[in-house]
Amino acid sequence: MSNLLDPTEEKRLLRSMLRIRRAEEIIAHHYKTEQQMRTPTHFGIGQEAVAVGVCGALQQDDVIFSHHRCHTHYLAKGGDLAGLVAELYGRATGCSGGRGGSVHLADRKVGVVATSAILGETVPVAVGSALAFKMDGGKRVAVTFFGDAVFEEGVIYESLNYAAVNGLPVLFCCENNLYSTETPLSLRRKSGSEFIDRVRSFGVPGEVIDGNDVGVVREAVANAVARLRRGEGPAYIECLTYRWREHVGPLFDYEANRTYRTRDELEDWMRRDPLAVSKKRLMNASALGDAEYEAWLADIDAEVASAIEAAKAAPWPEVRLILEGVL
Amino acid sequence: MSRTLTYCQALSEGLVQAMERDESIFVTGIGVDYSSAVFGSTTEAVRKFGKERIFDAPAMENALTGIAIGAAAMGKRPLIVHLRNDFMFLAFDQMINLAAKWKYMYGPNAVPMPLVVRGIVGRGWGQGATHSQSLHGVLGHFPGLTVLAPATPADAKGMTIAALQADRPIVIIENRRLYDIKGPVDIEPNPTPLGRAFVRREGSDITIVGCSIMVQEALVAAQDLQQKGIAAEVVDIATVRPLDVDTITASIRKTGRLVVVDTDWEFCGLAAEIAALAAERCLKQLKAPVCRLGFADCPAPVSAPLEEAFYPKASSITKASLALCGESEEGMTFSAHVDTFKGPY
Repeated sequence: MSNLLDPTEEKRLLRSMLRIRRAEEIIAHHYKTEQQMRTPTHFGIGQEAVAVGVCGALQQDDVIFSHHRCHTHYLAKGGDLAGLVAELYGRATGCSGGRGGSVHLADRKVGVVATSAILGETVPVAVGSALAFKMDGGKRVAVTFFGDAVFEEGVIYESLNYAAVNGLPVLFCCENNLYSTETPLSLRRKSGSEFIDRVRSFGVPGEVIDGNDVGVVREAVANAVARLRRGEGPAYIECLTYRWREHVGPLFDYEANRTYRTRDELEDWMRRDPLAVSKKRLMNASALGDAEYEAWLADIDAEVASAIEAAKAAPWPEVRLILEGVL
Repeated sequence: MSRTLTYCQALSEGLVQAMERDESIFVTGIGVDYSSAVFGSTTEAVRKFGKERIFDAPAMENALTGIAIGAAAMGKRPLIVHLRNDFMFLAFDQMINLAAKWKYMYGPNAVPMPLVVRGIVGRGWGQGATHSQSLHGVLGHFPGLTVLAPATPADAKGMTIAALQADRPIVIIENRRLYDIKGPVDIEPNPTPLGRAFVRREGSDITIVGCSIMVQEALVAAQDLQQKGIAAEVVDIATVRPLDVDTITASIRKTGRLVVVDTDWEFCGLAAEIAALAAERCLKQLKAPVCRLGFADCPAPVSAPLEEAFYPKASSITKASLALCGESEEGMTFSAHVDTFKGPY
């Protein structure tokens, strides 16, 4: 376990992780019981430390790009919770106006530029934003989040090469959760052929870190971003983590009788809960007590409940406007 | 005020004038900054603006398109050039899954997406099956993309300028065989209005509809048809999407006969779309069945006589038009097809 960050900062990060966790758990519950959210939803429960640790090291005008499992990144970067929930319910007040759904979130005010369900699709887009930042001579950076399966797509190699050759301020952040849908990494990567070795072969420096420790992620990304802002070119960080729920949908895999991974394996990873890691560290340092944590929880649950209530009460998009906004 | 330029000179002038007026425009693609860049169409821009704004790219069509999208999302106006539009197939994920849907699927929180892509159709000397397709119809299928296929030097310039001023993804398909064609071009940077078809020649007996190089072939055919007293109207589609349905259908209703000619296969192509328009909207005015002309239904062959037979051309348009008008070919002199191209690529 790494050292405690500044306690105020670590508390901020833990509260952010808790907010994302509770939002997703409550959304998953409604998703399962109501059948009203009709958008394939990929929950990031268990992976909160990556989103919060990375976005915690960024400025508001830095930009992030994400993939199908994007709620964590959207919320961690400051995206609007009510806008996310309304989007899942397909309402006009959704962050994408009910046109995008769970996998096409954007919030231009806080630098969530694009998320997409196609593997690797937003990776070069982040590189292109970094190109614009370099052309403008500023200090902004771009981050692309992607999963381990993106190393099976060609576009990651095109993107790493271009970013390296042109010295662009882009952070490649791999959330390695060991599975591509239901196919384990062991069937997709030859033993000993590590992603980080491939990345380094392009001249991009990087490290593999514990993605379930928000302090570790926060610190590694802060160092990488400092390098990006100094104009020293791109960086790569691979966060080892694990999703708790099924690939897409609100269930645990065991609830759906899926056998591609065992319940024992899941429970091993649940013992490494990123929230518990951070909470224990703060409590050991007497920087956080149960009462304060429970108060956070109550506030967050009320906020999520209110977002769900507001989404359900919100208007549907007007059908007569279906053709609007194409061009 | 105008003077005569080639299509290629017009492309170059449009790009230079657009870049002079907007510092956010940059150009990238394989070889765009070479001294002979893009058959000369970016040479002047390289000389004037340098490699800060016109720069080469590795061969990575899909990521390069994503990179341009990312730069556009941050306020730049990127122009990507594909020396052969067939390479754009490698960029279809970014073009179609992302750029085309961007504004719609991100709704009110979408940033503007001013991406411009030029793709050149390599019809020339034996370009073969992977260097000669024209993707205007394929790309036109997808809502969200604006697809242009300029047929004249004036539009080569005007559409370049219009595309680089628009806040949406635009593809310009240019036929290599048009590059040496000459025509009047405004000195001023006047944009061509997008989404409009143009009547290039008025006539009352038959409508010939096409875009890009086929407009030039149709104009030759219209000239030849005068030998039989047939007055052909030539409609230049110009913008494939959004299609100017009104101009096209007005001409069909006026003449009652339609030949659609395309630099593409007929099956599931733009010619089928125009034929469907005639069936849906002009059936009562049609005096004869609609005729479609396109590529022979095979990949493009290289060998000269096979290649010659592969493409529709002025004489095939003329013959189809004569048949629709109930006229024989007897006594006709058929002009050669449009051929200013002197090779070698």
